[in-house]
Amino acid sequence: MELRSTNESNNSLLKSIDWVTLILYLVMVVAGAVSIYAASYDFDGASMFAFSEFSGKQFLWIGLSLVIGFSLLLIDRRIYEAYAYPIYGVMVLLLAATIVVAPNIKGSHSWIVLGPVSLQPAEFAKFATALALAKLFSTYNFSLKNRNDFIKAVAIIVVPIILIILQNETGSALVYLSFILVLYREGMTGFVLYAGLCMVVYFVVALKFSATLTMGISTGAFIVFVIVMVLIVAMLFIYCRSFILGRNVSLGYIVSALIVVGLHYLGVDINGYVYFFTVIGASIIYLLIGMFHDDLKKVLITVIFAVSSIIFLFTVNFAFSKLQPHQQMRIKVTLGIEQDLRGAGYNVNQSKIAIGSGGMWGKGFLNGTQTKLKYVPEQHTDFIYCTIGEEEGFWGSAGVLILFLVLILRVIAIAERQHTAFGRVYAYCVASIFIFHLCINVGMVLGLCPVIGIPLPFFSYGGSSLWGFTFLLFILLRIDAARKDYGAW
Amino acid sequence: MRKDYNLEKRKYVIGGFIVLVVAIYIFRLVQLQLSDSTYKENADSNAFVNKTIYPSRGLIYDRNGKLLVYNQPAYDLVMIHKEVQPFDTTDFCNTLQIPRPEFEKRLAEITDRNKNHNYSPYTEQIVIQHLSAQDYGRIQEKLYRFPGFYIVKKIIREYNYTAAANVLGDIREVNAKDIENDNYYNPGDLTGDLGVEKSYEKFLRGKKGQEILIRDAVGKIKGKYKDGAEDVAAEAGSDLKLSIDIDLQEYGERLMQNKIGAVVAIDPSTGEVLALVSSPSYDPALLVGKERGKNYAKLVNNKYKPLFDRSIMAAYPPGSTFKPTQGLIFRQEGIVDLTTAFPCHRGYINAGLRVGCHGHGSPIALKPALQTSCNAYFCWGFKRMVDMKSKYGSVPKAFEVWKNHMVSQGYGYKLGIDLPGESRGFIPNSKYYNKMLGEGKWTAQSIISISIGQGEILATPLQIANLCATIANRGYYYAPHVVKSIIGVGILKKFKEKHRTTIDTRYYDDIVEGMRMAVLGGTCRTANLPGWEVCGKTGTAQNPHGRDHSVFMGFAPMNNPKIAVCAFVENAGFGATYGVPIGSLMMEKYLNGKVSRTALESRMINSNTIAYSGVKKH
Repeated sequence: MELRSTNESNNSLLKSIDWVTLILYLVMVVAGAVSIYAASYDFDGASMFAFSEFSGKQFLWIGLSLVIGFSLLLIDRRIYEAYAYPIYGVMVLLLAATIVVAPNIKGSHSWIVLGPVSLQPAEFAKFATALALAKLFSTYNFSLKNRNDFIKAVAIIVVPIILIILQNETGSALVYLSFILVLYREGMTGFVLYAGLCMVVYFVVALKFSATLTMGISTGAFIVFVIVMVLIVAMLFIYCRSFILGRNVSLGYIVSALIVVGLHYLGVDINGYVYFFTVIGASIIYLLIGMFHDDLKKVLITVIFAVSSIIFLFTVNFAFSKLQPHQQMRIKVTLGIEQDLRGAGYNVNQSKIAIGSGGMWGKGFLNGTQTKLKYVPEQHTDFIYCTIGEEEGFWGSAGVLILFLVLILRVIAIAERQHTAFGRVYAYCVASIFIFHLCINVGMVLGLCPVIGIPLPFFSYGGSSLWGFTFLLFILLRIDAARKDYGAW
Repeated sequence: MRKDYNLEKRKYVIGGFIVLVVAIYIFRLVQLQLSDSTYKENADSNAFVNKTIYPSRGLIYDRNGKLLVYNQPAYDLVMIHKEVQPFDTTDFCNTLQIPRPEFEKRLAEITDRNKNHNYSPYTEQIVIQHLSAQDYGRIQEKLYRFPGFYIVKKIIREYNYTAAANVLGDIREVNAKDIENDNYYNPGDLTGDLGVEKSYEKFLRGKKGQEILIRDAVGKIKGKYKDGAEDVAAEAGSDLKLSIDIDLQEYGERLMQNKIGAVVAIDPSTGEVLALVSSPSYDPALLVGKERGKNYAKLVNNKYKPLFDRSIMAAYPPGSTFKPTQGLIFRQEGIVDLTTAFPCHRGYINAGLRVGCHGHGSPIALKPALQTSCNAYFCWGFKRMVDMKSKYGSVPKAFEVWKNHMVSQGYGYKLGIDLPGESRGFIPNSKYYNKMLGEGKWTAQSIISISIGQGEILATPLQIANLCATIANRGYYYAPHVVKSIIGVGILKKFKEKHRTTIDTRYYDDIVEGMRMAVLGGTCRTANLPGWEVCGKTGTAQNPHGRDHSVFMGFAPMNNPKIAVCAFVENAGFGATYGVPIGSLMMEKYLNGKVSRTALESRMINSNTIAYSGVKKH
């Protein structure tokens, strides 16, 4: 009976495992190791599998990953749920211990050296945090609207962030911010995401276009004002669901804009501040009068959003002007306003050259000059995407993006088919982490994001990061494979 | 647990977000990879180093095969900041024997982009230029202890003699204009600046080769592209054999020390310049190496202008050395015959004008007039010719005939010597006088002084020497040149071309005889050299800068001449006092190989006429 049951569960495991995800995983790790071989190829003709090469080591890490993954699949799903907190607790202790124990490697204290092997606990803390978060959300009567529950959720996320920052690995710590997406999916108001996104956009736009003038004010401020106007109208239509207010305000904006354009052709130029303050001010007064007819709270929030946006704009400009010139310079380099190709901008410029030189079909395997000759630093780790871009060209680099997109969408689909909050939350944690890594890593290589040193999952060289992602993914596969055990709700 | 379908919709927000990001990134890839080719070019210029292989520059020998100029390696100490690791600064400074604060100051200068605009931590930066041989030897052995520091080899010119700087010239780094004019050059290349280094640049420089190398980010060379299949070998520059006799050149410079002026010696049979002395001269080694800029500025600012090659650039009134040309023209035009004599009562006196002369018999014919350098004879002859309307129709027409004879003798235009900066001198034409004196308002009388080489007439010492060679050759010359042959190429075609004057050969014999008489019993008796039939003509050129210039031109032997000389000493008085002895000593040195008139020699070497020059003392 016991034996038969095991057999049955093994059979059902093979049947119920998500083969799409597993195959994507295998394709990516092999493609990753091949890219690492290309990236670290030194014109010495060493074999791809030679242990002296990064690729040889990576193949070993992949082999070990498969062992780890297979083992994870054999563990009963309930173990993960039952031991979620202990696993999280052990990981937190390990993170804390690492700060003390780890040697200084390029300023960071994040590696535990065990003889010939170095491990980075921050990579393993990801799945532990995901498990703990999933466990918390699956407790009876849990609700993010409950203040205590919300604080608990935030605490689970913030503790590893603090510990990893103390290890001086800010990039890895930022990954945990991606769990905001999970909180959002589980009921946190979307306004947090929305406001955060707007602040980033205002900040970047205001500074990036600060050098030129439009309508007598900086082009950055001009664009921010226009964005605010568009967002006010969008919020009235979508958020407040007030067709009348949205229509009237947008008509007002359009008419006023036409008047300004017309006056310009007649030779009269109106100052930007005068125009925007008048028009946005008038629309706010109109809304404050008109809101009594509609949903008071939502219109009020729209007005508060508009006012805070404009205050934020002026705060950014003021605060920036108070910075030291070299600090301004650093921010400008990150935003791509100023170029500093010999200093801070070197990596990103070389990485853009590498990718751009790939063209449609790339230079061919092992033929990349830019990555091979070490123009791109960290090419086998954080900048591995360059090698793909240079040697495999547009089809290769776009292909990798599509692979990731399919994987992430697949994980979201897996999440939504879970019958338990535990499974769903865990799966969203996995999706969020992949989303964050993909956005930041590829964005950095393409020169669209600031340089934050985090790896591209499955592609970047390194045992710890590969095993960390393997843990994340295979625990998900195990949880997903067992979803039917629970039947329908 | 119930599913919240309101919240489930948020999967579209999250999924939509990542779809949007991927779409943006793919758009960015299109932008980088498909629509912009500059990245491809950047990558190539990153990875492939077209390493130029510099050919060795041609060497320069004198006419007897003595090596004058050769190449020496020079070493710069450079660093690539990114590769520099902590090192023993004390050991480093001791090895190079520089004080530590100075070294630290230098490092600070290199890394300060305000002072060093090209600074990059990834490229070579020069720390010390032109290491001395000792410093190079010491640092070379220890270099492995100082990662990030390298030695870069360069070529500089070395000189075996301190003479002939004006002929040899020097080399310098190319400037923006050179690069624009000749796409052979790249920044940092060297090019000839003066002398034959400049005029024979295209032969001396050879042909650059190219090696295509693969270079990594820190500038480390990883190997040859396609194993060197597309490399091009460098071709060494051609060596030059100068026509200059370096011993004669040195001797001339010694004779001319503390004097301003020039000495030119030409082999009349070939046009080869045997010596081309410009005084004051300078040591060509001054314009080599790291002191070049400083020394160059010093030479430019020197009040005696040593960089100004007086032998070919200075246009002087030729004075009485001009008279043989007049005799030749008068004879050719049939104005005089050998018996025609003009009166000279201590000068040419006509219509209230007097051109002074010195005591000798009167009337006087051509040969004695040359012997005694009679001014009046040539004034009268000139007047008779230019005013002869019956033959020429008008004064301007007659003058044009005169002018064309002068031009055919090598005056008024550049002779085309193979050195940069030659002056053309000046021979006026009718138009010039029409403008200056008014059309129809001038006659021979108005311009009479040009008949004795004064007035508007200007000639370079080279032109005077070349005139002398023309007379020695009885009516032809080869354009004077300082390069006897470009090894492996030969001589330039233009120097094989015989230039005939418009004067018949037979008239030259009379002039030669007159010049021979001047040496035997006339104005240049000091020029007499036992064993050689020397012919000569003195000149004492009035000028607006002070005392008269002392000039001599002569050749020897009278038949089958081997050397024609012009010595021109500024503000040194009579032709006989400096011009004749210096010119004569040059002949003796060249013809006999040694000088026996040691008293005359040391008087010349030790005399100083610079004090009489127009240049004010500080």
